[in-house]
Amino acid sequence: MSSATYYVPEESRWPILASVALFLMAFGAGSLLNALSAEAGGGAGMVTLLIGALLLGLILVGWFGHVIKESQAGMYSAQMDRSFRWGMGWFIFSEVMFFAAFFGALFYVRTLAVPWLGGEGAKGAANMLWPGFEATWPLLQTPDMELFPGPQAIIDPWHVPLLNTVLLVTSSVTVTFAHKALKRDNRGAIKLWLLATILLGIVFVYFQGLEYAEAYNELGLTLQAGIYGATFFILTGFHGVHVTLGTFMLIIIWLRILKGHFDSEKHFGFEAVAWYWHFVDVVWIGLFLFVYVF
Amino acid sequence: MSTLEQTASTGHHHGPAKGITRWLYTTNHKDIGTMYLIFSLVMFMVGGCMALTIRAELFQPGLQLIQPEFFNQMTTMHGLIMVFGAVMPAFVGLANWMVPMMVGAPDMALPRMNNWSFWILPFAFSMMLMTLFMEGGGPNFGWTFYAPLSTTYAPPSVTFFIFAVHMMGISSIMGAINIIATIFNLRAPGMTFMKMPLFVWTWLITAFLLIAVMPVLAGVVTMMLMDIHFGTSFFNAAGGGDPVLFQHVFWFFGHPEVYIMILPAFGIVSEIIPTFARKKLFGYTSMVYATSSIAILSFIVWAHHMFTVGMPLIGELFFMFTTMLIAVPTGVKVFNWIATMFRGSMTFETPMLFAVAFVVLFTIGGFSGLMLAIAPVDFQYHDTYFVVAHFHYVLVPGAIFSIMAATYYWLPKWTGNMYNESMGKLHFWLSFIGVNITFFPMHFIGLAGMPRRIPDYALQFADFNMVASVGAFLFGFAQLLFIYNIVCCARGGKKATDRVWEGSHGLEWTLPSPPPYHSFTQPPKVD
Repeated sequence: MSSATYYVPEESRWPILASVALFLMAFGAGSLLNALSAEAGGGAGMVTLLIGALLLGLILVGWFGHVIKESQAGMYSAQMDRSFRWGMGWFIFSEVMFFAAFFGALFYVRTLAVPWLGGEGAKGAANMLWPGFEATWPLLQTPDMELFPGPQAIIDPWHVPLLNTVLLVTSSVTVTFAHKALKRDNRGAIKLWLLATILLGIVFVYFQGLEYAEAYNELGLTLQAGIYGATFFILTGFHGVHVTLGTFMLIIIWLRILKGHFDSEKHFGFEAVAWYWHFVDVVWIGLFLFVYVF
Repeated sequence: MSTLEQTASTGHHHGPAKGITRWLYTTNHKDIGTMYLIFSLVMFMVGGCMALTIRAELFQPGLQLIQPEFFNQMTTMHGLIMVFGAVMPAFVGLANWMVPMMVGAPDMALPRMNNWSFWILPFAFSMMLMTLFMEGGGPNFGWTFYAPLSTTYAPPSVTFFIFAVHMMGISSIMGAINIIATIFNLRAPGMTFMKMPLFVWTWLITAFLLIAVMPVLAGVVTMMLMDIHFGTSFFNAAGGGDPVLFQHVFWFFGHPEVYIMILPAFGIVSEIIPTFARKKLFGYTSMVYATSSIAILSFIVWAHHMFTVGMPLIGELFFMFTTMLIAVPTGVKVFNWIATMFRGSMTFETPMLFAVAFVVLFTIGGFSGLMLAIAPVDFQYHDTYFVVAHFHYVLVPGAIFSIMAATYYWLPKWTGNMYNESMGKLHFWLSFIGVNITFFPMHFIGLAGMPRRIPDYALQFADFNMVASVGAFLFGFAQLLFIYNIVCCARGGKKATDRVWEGSHGLEWTLPSPPPYHSFTQPPKVD
């Protein structure tokens, strides 16, 4: 190993700009939410949030663009490549833990909190708060139906959610086919398989949107509908955001493929996105089982 | 692109840029480490002023200086700033400076992201401090922000607090990923895992803890945000949720978090004691395994913070026994430090004084932790000053003393100059005495039943509170010596040698003092 394996980038403007953008977003979002809750407009907060988001978007394009240029210029050694791999791997682990918090909350309320409210076990004294409350899951009758009107029904897992499961699992397969094609340098096949993955992702998000509309308009399943609605929307919502983000990442990789980037040896950018996509898929399996089916 | 190509073709390593842009745009681990350390010192003083406000109010019973509403904001902000603004950034700053030098790397693995991790922090803490001036005041629910105090009954500024926590989380996760990537990937040839300095080992494990639990903190504040602004009922039993759920998720983050604040301290002390005892560290391998065991156990003990919340008996027992289990690996560490010193040729320069005080006083904090771990006894201690005494013993003469030890230990390496030894010793003795006068009486008033987070108290607690307040001011003002000493050392003084200390060993001491801008351009050989 020679010193050439060490690459330290020169000074960069992106991080400090990104910090400013992040601050504007956070401050804008905070102002907006507080104004909305106080029913006091919120225009200024909205503007700050949008400026911050736009700025962050531009910075990410610039920053990643810079990294792509460096990569295309052949500045990244095998060691640099490994650093990126560790970075992406641990980032995905942090995302796993983020979802773990919400899954943990779901399991806690299902197996402990709601049964205790219903009078079960040593902690069943909690039933004295709302006498007559019966513990069921999914929780359609909340303890206080005025404050948190429970849903009339929940989403049937064997229609749209099942379809979405099939879509997402298929997309994991197609992205793997694209990877295999990339390893064989079969450019035509990569483009097709990646495009298929992107389309499956978009269709998934579309169906998820339809499902949300149904939940809100027909089933009374809302954020305010008690703990079932809360856990349902936080889990599926953050998952949906991740699918959307993953689809954007796939589109960028697809455009890079069209531009002739990546070869059978060096294609970490592609693999990082593929890992992320598989992660999103695995989370969905968990969601399908524990939010919809059981 | 021209600079890009130049860097690529020649492997040319630039020196620092001039002016403010050096600090804004830097990708250098030493610059970023320095910024982390200065930021931490500033936050330490800000949080310290809040602590002194608290102690001034508690000097006598009754309300003298501030109103209870403001007192609550002070306890909350003091905790948040010290944990997230002072201790954690100080350790990340030390890791930035030392890990690349200790493993023989030129820099951190992902230098631009490194800069971003740092620069998020000043913005996050500006937002956090701004809340104090907002309508309804700043966060007033304690640094643990239990629901429903932090949801239903919180001031509007809680929204900004939540976003500030999100920003700190992003910063910590990126910093931790960077440290792991550096340690896994940039070690010099020959430096196997079991040859790594213990500071590197403990930081590797700390980084793992950070990546595992900071997202959980993000999750819990997100649920708070949803409850406050979107009408969900995660922490509201009226909708089938549970306020206790908040505590479970929070402490699932919170307990590993306390080890995030102490494991790097273990690493620092394990570097310093062998140097000044002029002996190899006793039981290196067992230190590594003990640190790992503590980290693993930290995931299954969280509910010992919640013994009085009304858990089923089986839960109380489980969390009591797992908590006590942690005493075993911790005992291994304390034993190893003492065995390292046993029959060593010891000298007591300032870093060593802080390190030895760490071993003694941290152990006191550890023992009071064992007392708190006993569930039935905890019913008496819970939320009293005994708890305050316990965690301040592990955090102030624990974490903070280790940071001061590290500063004195590595300052000659960083600046190329020796600090003023007698001033350092004076700083140590004032701190040591101040800390004990402040926190030791809290054990007594806690056992006697004085609750924490209360601006006024019953008359029988008056004497000890007065003593504690005197100690706090002594400790607080002693830190001015620390700052003065650092500033003098940075500006000049006796030149330091490369080795700096007679008994020092490790790659960082093979570099000149101060080290070159890029530590190792050629990977050094390690046998």
